[in-house]
Amino acid sequence: MHYMFLIYNCEDRPKPGDPRFEEILTRVNAFADECRRRGVFVAGDPLKPVSTATTVRVREGKAMLTDGPFAETHEHLGGYYLLDCRDLDEALELAEMVPQAHFGATIEVRPVDHIPGLNHGVA
Amino acid sequence: MSDLASAAVEQVYREHRTRMLAALVRALGDFELAEDALQEACSQALRKWPRAQVPDDPFAWLLTVARNHALDRLRHVRMARAKLPAPPPDAVTMTEKQLVSLGDERLSLIFTCCHPALNEEARVALTLQAVAGFTAAQIARTFLVAEPALAQRLVRAKRKIRDAGITFEVPADHLLPERLQGVLAVIYLIFTRGYTASDASLRLEALRLGKLVAALMPDEPEAHGLVALMLLHNSRSAARLSSDGEVVLLADQDRTLWDLEEISEGMTLLDRALRFGSPGPYVLHAVIAALHVQDPVDWPRVVALYAELLSVAPTPVIELNHAVAVAMVDGPLAGLSLIDGITGLSEYHLLHSTRADLLRRLGRRDEAVAAYRLAHDLAVSPADRRFLAGRLRSVEVT
Repeated sequence: MHYMFLIYNCEDRPKPGDPRFEEILTRVNAFADECRRRGVFVAGDPLKPVSTATTVRVREGKAMLTDGPFAETHEHLGGYYLLDCRDLDEALELAEMVPQAHFGATIEVRPVDHIPGLNHGVA
Repeated sequence: MSDLASAAVEQVYREHRTRMLAALVRALGDFELAEDALQEACSQALRKWPRAQVPDDPFAWLLTVARNHALDRLRHVRMARAKLPAPPPDAVTMTEKQLVSLGDERLSLIFTCCHPALNEEARVALTLQAVAGFTAAQIARTFLVAEPALAQRLVRAKRKIRDAGITFEVPADHLLPERLQGVLAVIYLIFTRGYTASDASLRLEALRLGKLVAALMPDEPEAHGLVALMLLHNSRSAARLSSDGEVVLLADQDRTLWDLEEISEGMTLLDRALRFGSPGPYVLHAVIAALHVQDPVDWPRVVALYAELLSVAPTPVIELNHAVAVAMVDGPLAGLSLIDGITGLSEYHLLHSTRADLLRRLGRRDEAVAAYRLAHDLAVSPADRRFLAGRLRSVEVT
């Protein structure tokens, strides 16, 4: 079963050259390696900050653009993993291992749905 | 014949409901479907058995009919909505014999109902419904929630189990200790609810659940510890309230009202649990409960045990109990200074009533009055409120 890990509240990630950058990069890469070793890794990416977001709504056939994220919350989506786990227990075990979670991020674990006839599902 | 047949259905259902439900959830991978199928099998039995004969193996009959009914329904849904995911392979390929000889899946059922990905209320409600066989109406009454809200909570939990991939099994070894504590916590919560609501049948149900887990996991000392703890608390329930419903403190309780059989059963279980060594939180709690039924209570040992509990599973309530025991050994001032260092219990009436009692013993009357008043206002149960109102009056007049 595919699980999406939505990683919130991890926008203050260090940049190359910052003192903790190398350390965190090593841990994040080690997590991806562990996922590959288990054969669960499908995808995973960081997102650019919400200041780069544009929100699109189509109303009466017209696109309405808003500069900024969809929800005005303090916890923003900062990245994701898509993992193919045996069951929720394995997904939760891996979520606990996500390095960002150890630096204050919150991980929302969501199972990917099956829709009959959908032609681009990863599942 | 008809009465005989319906009595037979009722008997199998009463004795084996949990096992049948567990086997069906295992085979079908879907709580709601399993429950509906079991209901359908029972109503078929009520219709058919009076006219034919009660089958030789009613358990197998019900299970098979339920499984087939569920598969029919899945096929139906699939035809109606083309290309739905196929029914779970277990249920399709399993022969009747395999289905009936499925092992005892009740433990898987309990662990699934108590999965940490479900919120606590859902865990308690689901355990009471699926394992203990309570109706939604009964659970709603017990926890003072509206029945539709509770029913909704149950449906949501069952769908989450199915849709989020919560597997129906006893967790892997590396997850087991933590998950078992979760299961025991749900059972103890049911018990304490039965205690605060003075609901004896709820306490007995918690005991039955605890004994079931202990019987299915004989090598888990914490399961035995929990049963011992519940037995030792329950043994004193008749003495805890006076005939007119007033709270009676331990020291004033009529010991002839204690249930000696439950005490000795609890002690035996506790001995067995202690033989495993390195006692966990429930075993330690049970040892403390066992010390409380001794006369006189060995307070220095109680202090030591609470200190040990604080090192394995610290909670503010344990800190409070520790402070109470310290006050018994080293006097009210020592207890008071520990209580004043506790954070997170400012809304808990027992913290304030304990403080009030210690202040009263120290002769700090005004502070005692204020603390009793606060405790009274925070207390929920009418018996607690009456008890605290009485205390308040007696301090005010001195």
